[in-house]
Amino acid sequence: MNELDRKIKSEFPLFQNRDVVYLDNSATSQKPQCVIDAVSSYYNRDNANPLRGLYELSIDATEAYENARKTVADFIHASRPEEIVFTRNATESLNLIAYSYGMHFLRTDDEIIVSIMEHHSNLLPWQIVAKHTGAKVKYLECNEKGEIFPEDLEKLMTEKTKLVCLTQISNVFGRINDIKTFARIAHEGGALFVCDGAQSVPHIPVDVTDLDVDFLAFSGHKMYGPMGIGALYGKYELLEKMPPFLYGGEMIEYVTRCGATYAPVPHKFEAGTVNAGDAVGLAKAIEFINRYGFEIIESRELALTKMALDGMKDIPHVHVIGSKEAKEHNGIITFTVDGVHPHDVAAVFDAHHIAVRAGHHCVQPLHKHLHFMSTTRMSLAFYNNEDDISAFLQCLRKIRKDMGYGE
Amino acid sequence: MANNTFYNEILTEHNIHPTHKYELKDANFTLEGVNPSCGDDIILSLKVENNVIADGAYVGDGCAVSQASADMMLDLIIGKTKEEALRLSDIFLRMIKGSITKEEHEELEEAGVLEDVAHMPARVKCAVLGWHTMEEMLGEGRTEVTATEGF
Repeated sequence: MNELDRKIKSEFPLFQNRDVVYLDNSATSQKPQCVIDAVSSYYNRDNANPLRGLYELSIDATEAYENARKTVADFIHASRPEEIVFTRNATESLNLIAYSYGMHFLRTDDEIIVSIMEHHSNLLPWQIVAKHTGAKVKYLECNEKGEIFPEDLEKLMTEKTKLVCLTQISNVFGRINDIKTFARIAHEGGALFVCDGAQSVPHIPVDVTDLDVDFLAFSGHKMYGPMGIGALYGKYELLEKMPPFLYGGEMIEYVTRCGATYAPVPHKFEAGTVNAGDAVGLAKAIEFINRYGFEIIESRELALTKMALDGMKDIPHVHVIGSKEAKEHNGIITFTVDGVHPHDVAAVFDAHHIAVRAGHHCVQPLHKHLHFMSTTRMSLAFYNNEDDISAFLQCLRKIRKDMGYGE
Repeated sequence: MANNTFYNEILTEHNIHPTHKYELKDANFTLEGVNPSCGDDIILSLKVENNVIADGAYVGDGCAVSQASADMMLDLIIGKTKEEALRLSDIFLRMIKGSITKEEHEELEEAGVLEDVAHMPARVKCAVLGWHTMEEMLGEGRTEVTATEGF
């Protein structure tokens, strides 16, 4: 372990309290002390119900919350803070688009295009919209390396296509999809583009203005922030014409016996008391990322991915899903071990205090498409180091032996 | 690194070289059991004659715990009466909940090696899949359950 390895890991108290090699970062990341402190400081000093109180404390709470919104907006290069709606997580953000935009603006026979590699949270909401509106869901297929091609999207697009919904980084392959190109094709065909950024925003710089996506959904908890806070970016004009998602307090301007006019964007989408404490935590997580910078984050994750892939290719009976190239994995390596069920693979890792994910990773249609029942996944964050990868490889080498195979 | 997992030799042997993993052609009880959350899937088949389980087999896909447990169960119940098989199943399910006597544990023979699963909530469903499937097949006075073969 070098000095930087030590410095980064020491920022995460969990690693001082638990003996664990944590390789399930695509599921959720650990939290640095500065984020935990920021949340606790909000409750220690600034807590009141934001956005409604007429007293100083509530005004401070409001300011903390709205400053957090500005930090998130700057981080993804939104053109104004109002384009950020705080939600619980990427799943809620995607549901917000589906229920507010999809249910109101889609009609019978309209088409929604999703890729086969989408997480269930960027698939099920669209299936529900289709069921209620009579629209159709069409699939953009990928090859066994996890590649999807702009030509295929062009072929799928018709004048009925209203939405194209794609993940920027697949949580199985780890490959980056060329969102800028796919968004352009969607727009040329008159459709809106929804980007699932749950796996990308924590690991690569994401610029919504440059990508020209209409919506971007992501979670705070995968990017060193607290659980229970996430964001939806939406272009201002779109958010403005969309109806609210939830109804209640805080999202109205006037209310009478027969109706109400809604608060301006983004507050009309944030009904009820907001999660200001965790929004402050998310803003601190963004500061934390910026303190190291994506250059360091990406180069560390790439080097470790390369080390893992190099080691894995020499282990018999281990098969990596997708590309052989480290740069096409973004810290996500999904694999199978011949003759050993993924749940058993994960259990053997667990016995060595190594946390990996096993199952279908909430992408059952993709596993069907690839003809896998389920798989095991290791996923990195930049606080991981070479010792973690060595432990992972050492355990992986002996899994078949532990499971009773003779080699 | 030592093998400090609960995958002992008995379990892995039943998983890799199962005795009863094949299609039983003349079964009169056949039922599929599935754990939808993790995808474990077995189709259990029994041939019951004069209230005695004359033969049994399973096919399926799933983790070592689910497959080995079904294999060990069949080792135990073939040759037993329906009532006896259900009594053993009750002991097994109580073992997984962590409440059986030493004598009862011995009655389970090799299936007793799954005792440690009691401490692993995520794996309980895997261990009990075969047993639950059998209970569903044989319970409540059923005379046959099969889609393929009948008397």
